[in-house]
Amino acid sequence: MSPTDPALQVLIDRIHSAHSAGAQLCIRGGGSKDFYGEAPQGEVLDTRILEGTSSYEPTELVVTTRCGTSLADLEALLATKGQCLPFEPPHFGDPEHSASSRGATVGGMVAAGLSGPSRAATGSVRDYVLGATILNGNGEVLSFGGQVMKNVAGYDVSRLMAGSMGTLGVILEVSLKVLPIAPATLTLRMEMDQATAIAQLNTWSGLPLPLNASAWWDGNLILRLRGALAAVQAARARFGGQTVSPEHALPFWDGLRNHDDEFFVKAREAVKTGAALWRLSVPQTAPPLALSGEMMIEWGGAQRWLCSAMPAPAVRDVVARAGGHATLFAAHDKSAGVFAPLQSPLDRIHRELKKSFDPSGIFNPGRLYPGL
Amino acid sequence: MNAALPGELAAADATQRAARQAEVVAALSALLPAHALLWHAEDTVPYECDGLTAYREQPLVVALPETEVQVAAVLRECHRLNVPVVARGAGTGLSGGALPNRLGVTLSLAKFNKITKLDPVSRTAVVQCGVRNLAISEAAAPYGLYYAPDPSSQIACTIGGNVAENSGGVHCLKYGLTLHNVLRVRGFTVSGEPVDFGSEALDCAGLDLMTILVGSEGMLAVTLEVTVKLIPKPQLARCIMASFDDIRKAGDAVANVIAAGIIPAGLEMMDKPMTAAVEDYVHAGYDLNAAAILLCESDGTPEEVAEEISRMETVLGASGATRIEVSQNEAQRLKFWSGRKNAFPATGRLSPDYMCMDSTIPRSRLADILLAIQQMETKYGLRCANVFHAGDGNLHPLIMFDANDADQLHRCELFGAEILERSVEMGGTVSGEHGVGIEKLSAMCVQFSPPEREQMLSLKRAFDPKELLNPGKAIPSLARCAEYGKMHVRRGLLPFADISRF
Repeated sequence: MSPTDPALQVLIDRIHSAHSAGAQLCIRGGGSKDFYGEAPQGEVLDTRILEGTSSYEPTELVVTTRCGTSLADLEALLATKGQCLPFEPPHFGDPEHSASSRGATVGGMVAAGLSGPSRAATGSVRDYVLGATILNGNGEVLSFGGQVMKNVAGYDVSRLMAGSMGTLGVILEVSLKVLPIAPATLTLRMEMDQATAIAQLNTWSGLPLPLNASAWWDGNLILRLRGALAAVQAARARFGGQTVSPEHALPFWDGLRNHDDEFFVKAREAVKTGAALWRLSVPQTAPPLALSGEMMIEWGGAQRWLCSAMPAPAVRDVVARAGGHATLFAAHDKSAGVFAPLQSPLDRIHRELKKSFDPSGIFNPGRLYPGL
Repeated sequence: MNAALPGELAAADATQRAARQAEVVAALSALLPAHALLWHAEDTVPYECDGLTAYREQPLVVALPETEVQVAAVLRECHRLNVPVVARGAGTGLSGGALPNRLGVTLSLAKFNKITKLDPVSRTAVVQCGVRNLAISEAAAPYGLYYAPDPSSQIACTIGGNVAENSGGVHCLKYGLTLHNVLRVRGFTVSGEPVDFGSEALDCAGLDLMTILVGSEGMLAVTLEVTVKLIPKPQLARCIMASFDDIRKAGDAVANVIAAGIIPAGLEMMDKPMTAAVEDYVHAGYDLNAAAILLCESDGTPEEVAEEISRMETVLGASGATRIEVSQNEAQRLKFWSGRKNAFPATGRLSPDYMCMDSTIPRSRLADILLAIQQMETKYGLRCANVFHAGDGNLHPLIMFDANDADQLHRCELFGAEILERSVEMGGTVSGEHGVGIEKLSAMCVQFSPPEREQMLSLKRAFDPKELLNPGKAIPSLARCAEYGKMHVRRGLLPFADISRF
């Protein structure tokens, strides 16, 4: 594809016509994350017309792919060379479908900025973005970052796209750092109360051990060790607990990643009857939070899922006092705002950045914050 | 036409500057103790440049606040008076990022040098901006923890400067850059308002502003305090030193190690001239006959390291290494590294001056760029020695010249510019870790199109509407690029390679 690619031209034309018509655009790939964030508004701009992987150099650890490329296809391509996206981005979508047919796209993965169970050990999606080509609100094609690991030429606008929810521009193409699939994985299960589990996870995280993912729910702690074969074997004895067989472990971690696990299935049922699913991002050492409801803890304590009918201000208050922020991840009533409100001067900087990238306010209006 | 003579212009300019200086000194005197304000030329000379000594400028005033209240007050006052502010740490930067503004205040933050908190349980340290990079790891060492980014200047450079430049080091491929190792930055906006980026959690609400703040060369906000991640020190590290009789074979060996699924903790290369220079300096027993030397490090548990070292040895051997040596103990490992870590001072003994370039290229183009540099040595009549962070594609050619010879300086600048342009053509970038500063402004015209640069300038204005924080650095103006006159090299939206669509 070249800058004169017809699919790209279609996207540019849509932006120009939105300008003239005073319309707004809802940037959308497969729609697997439509539920996330504030309600989508505007005419749908389908990014799937721009798809395909433009370069993949396994020895460079870099893949460059277009926004509409299916995330499942990208992961399958990387797997043929023994490589992966180590941050395990969630696919979400219809749990009745296998991950490969849920529709998640690479553009949506970056725009949503969400990472899976391994995030505390491996870093997040933004940590793996090396470069991006975007369309800003004036319909200009702009490239930032690159295809190399180290790059400090200019502001790192490509990484700013991660988690921007499409409010700054259309992500056309991204370059991502990829890594080899670790040779060994082992899952362990042990019974433990919440406070002990949080303390224990923090202790383990301070030791040179191959702890890759953790999940605590209902008195059970599940750990995943991942790394060199020798390292995983040597670390096994330190953790205790029972080994979970790969045929049980794999669906469990996939279920956690894509929210098909029992906890999330129950949470979705509860959402239908008025409860909310909260994503709480807190310091890893935060003790058990004084919140009522079901709690699932990931990322060594740093990501906590709460299914609760508590009023939003009460949840946000407890989480803020623990040094974190609470996202209203899934709920029928989102009037309390999906993302924790910003304080000055960050709110002003957000508005100014929006104006800088999208002066006419065409892209995903209100998806991150009302008025943005 | 009554054009003033150059002498008259200079005199008018000096008078104007003196008046402005008196105004700013009077305003800041009310906010700072007398010893924290410098403006006499003999006092401001130490601030006239950073690690890039080829460019010098006298600041209007140097402010050395001792409290955050003073920092905020100085910023507020400068904002009111429309005075540019250049924040400065240790001044070890290599791109002129801390070069003073002739009509601006240099804000030295050297006095903010305390480690506020070090928590082994959360594995974080809260440090003031003036704390030295290495001091963090030293303080964390008793807990078996360390701060991963390790730029060569780590003994002197400060964390505030590391945030400004997104500093790297020799372990980036495995452990990341400053951005990946910083949780939170607390500081002030250009107008002196307190501001907090990031949090002690792993993410925060809204846009991830840390991504643009880190590496922004002090142009978006002033950093006062940083929360860094500490990571467990690996139980063991061992290093392989491998010789190659051909640069291309060494480049291929790098690709082969990574293709084998190995992520080395460090992967560094030195060419023959550099090896000769450092051997003469540190006497580490480097192979002087090698066209290139690779240092390939593994760290982790003893079992993990044994497994990885053996795999690395196999790959390097199969790639044509003519000599392979594996460190048998920590002393030997440090000896292997001693040359690499002393590449700059060793070059300093060979030549009165040298200019260090910092471009990054895809690893696969390593041999191509080194061979191109060899040709440029003849073209410009200057010697060049090369060290290379091979693991992450970051190249440091050291071009040797004599700054007292104006023609040599000029040839050196052209030599450097050609390296940067070739790097961009090869799909790389003009700066891997040293920043653009003042040094690579022209090269930015080659790497970024006019709308890309305008987008970045407009991003700056979102933080700093009056453009007073370190103005004129990092992002060149349209006028400057027009004057430079070189074409922008198109990147991004790669043409489809011949691989099937997925």
